[in-house]
Amino acid sequence: MNNLFKIALRNLMRYKRRTLLTASLITIGVVFVLVFTSVTGSFKAMMIGQITDSMMGHLQVHRKGYVASIDNLPLNLNIKPKAYQKIADVLGAAPEIAAFSPRLKFGGMFSNFTETTNIRLNGVYPEKEFQTIPLLTSRVSEGRKTLSRGEIMIPVLLARGLQVKVGDAVVVVATNVDGSVNGKQFVVSGILESATGPGGRDGYIHIEDAAEVLRMPEAEISEVAIRLKDFSRLSTAVNHLEGQLAGEVNKEGRSIFEVHSWEKLSPFFNIARMIDVMTFFIKIMLIAIVLISIMNVMIMAVYERIREIGTIAAIGTLPGKILSMFVIEGFCLGVLGAIIGNLIGVAVVLMVNLIGIRFDFAQQTGLLLSASVNPADLLFISVIVIVVAVLASLQPAFKASRMEPIEALRHV
Amino acid sequence: MALIVADNIHKDYQVGDVVVHALHGVGFEIEPASFVSFVGPSGSGKTTLLNLVGCLDKPSAGTLRVANTDIARLDRKESAAFRGRHLGFIFQDFNLIPVLTVYENIEYPLMMVQNVPPAERNGRIERLLGAVGMADQKDKYPDQISGGQKQRVAIARALVTNPELVLADEPTANLDSHTAYAVINLMKRMRDELSTTFIFSTHDQKIVGEAEVIFRLEDGVIVAKETKRGGNYE
Repeated sequence: MNNLFKIALRNLMRYKRRTLLTASLITIGVVFVLVFTSVTGSFKAMMIGQITDSMMGHLQVHRKGYVASIDNLPLNLNIKPKAYQKIADVLGAAPEIAAFSPRLKFGGMFSNFTETTNIRLNGVYPEKEFQTIPLLTSRVSEGRKTLSRGEIMIPVLLARGLQVKVGDAVVVVATNVDGSVNGKQFVVSGILESATGPGGRDGYIHIEDAAEVLRMPEAEISEVAIRLKDFSRLSTAVNHLEGQLAGEVNKEGRSIFEVHSWEKLSPFFNIARMIDVMTFFIKIMLIAIVLISIMNVMIMAVYERIREIGTIAAIGTLPGKILSMFVIEGFCLGVLGAIIGNLIGVAVVLMVNLIGIRFDFAQQTGLLLSASVNPADLLFISVIVIVVAVLASLQPAFKASRMEPIEALRHV
Repeated sequence: MALIVADNIHKDYQVGDVVVHALHGVGFEIEPASFVSFVGPSGSGKTTLLNLVGCLDKPSAGTLRVANTDIARLDRKESAAFRGRHLGFIFQDFNLIPVLTVYENIEYPLMMVQNVPPAERNGRIERLLGAVGMADQKDKYPDQISGGQKQRVAIARALVTNPELVLADEPTANLDSHTAYAVINLMKRMRDELSTTFIFSTHDQKIVGEAEVIFRLEDGVIVAKETKRGGNYE
């Protein structure tokens, strides 16, 4: 095998310029894919991070049917305290879960005593919410990054619209599940920057205050936001939780709860999917570049070396070995292009980070793009390039191995 | 027992709509350790005959046994294996592999065809390099040596596998007469030392005289067989 590699490498070096050009083409393709994958991957990760870590959590548990009417924030589809306890027991015992936060969500009226508007509110246990949604505190543009009873955090657009400042007294009025109206006075403790997506313009109060406004003797739960220890195990965690909660059924034998990952809850999942689709097509382009360039160069190599092929076949080289010689040449070209491409690609990604590219994402401005190269991407791209290089050289190599020595020796 | 037995060999080629009869009923026997020449004008069938004996082509009719093997029955892979095991080739254009050095060119059949271990390879190559007078050129590439030297390397490459038969198609055609004689004499000396049968084709009458057995071909037929005895052909 070493000898086959030696001959293949020397044949590649025999036509230095052509080898260099082909390797350069593959290199450019690899660099392009690597940089694109790194930048879009980082953008996607940042976008998902913003969505999950600043409002949504990685996944959520609701009572069956709640998500279908989530825009109405239906109080009659809340989870009762007893049922929530079962969820809490399951989540508390699940090793993959880092934190979870029960929320009581409702819609109400928000008044600064002179003007009134509507508001969506999340009643939360502040410690649990801050653990589950770690970027929530970073959204506090003014005021304290804590929430106590009697306090409210309001979205910045509401604060600006009604000219409410930190420390101001406001009133929240809401209709409870029986249709009666109740109100409660709060002090504005913080003003929240908007996040993107549903819930991005919600306000926050303590869950016990929410229960009081809604006249619930004990707080019911609209949803449970969950944070995982390892985000990459999202689908496994969803399946696991679904399995764990499947046993909780109503009188009709239907399950009471439903588990949704952020992907099912946020429209931005479609953008993430689009990024994946674009990356996929870029990879297809890379495959085409490698396939065409290697096949072209190997067809040329076979054509130029017909007499040589005739000679080695005449002196007894088996067809399989002749095939191997040319396939190894393609393989070496692929390896060369992949290695140089990966090195340059990593260097370009480092330069992108050094330059510091900033971008805006919805209400978030000046986000710093932090492109990173995933070793799995390096490996995947390299494997694609090498496998395609080998596949591209198979046809010319097969042709070489099937040549009749007598005809090849006659070739001028 | 004869190394080569050819009986009533025919070889026809289809060229477009025309069938070309390259050989008509050729028959001969060649003993081991012979130094044989196929002689004849262009188109007489010399190269066709060499290709058949060299297992590079198959007769259209007749039987051809080389080293006790009916080579017409071998498939493509078996033919390659047979050539690698029993035959050596010397080409008119030398056909050395340009990316390999003199040493590596001679090593090629041992390494890539017969899979001989490196230690054994080295001894055989060094011995042949000395025998063909190329020991001091072994690290040069084919484009760094002369035509005569290339043919010496080709002879060494043909002999390194210890074949029973070496076939040389016009081995001196691209050499000056002095070098041509040197190459033929080297082949003869190798025959003497290794008892390998050499068959070469030529149309150079001066070179023909070096063969011990001459088969004269015309229009695809052997018209004469001459055997050298005491400096003269009978």
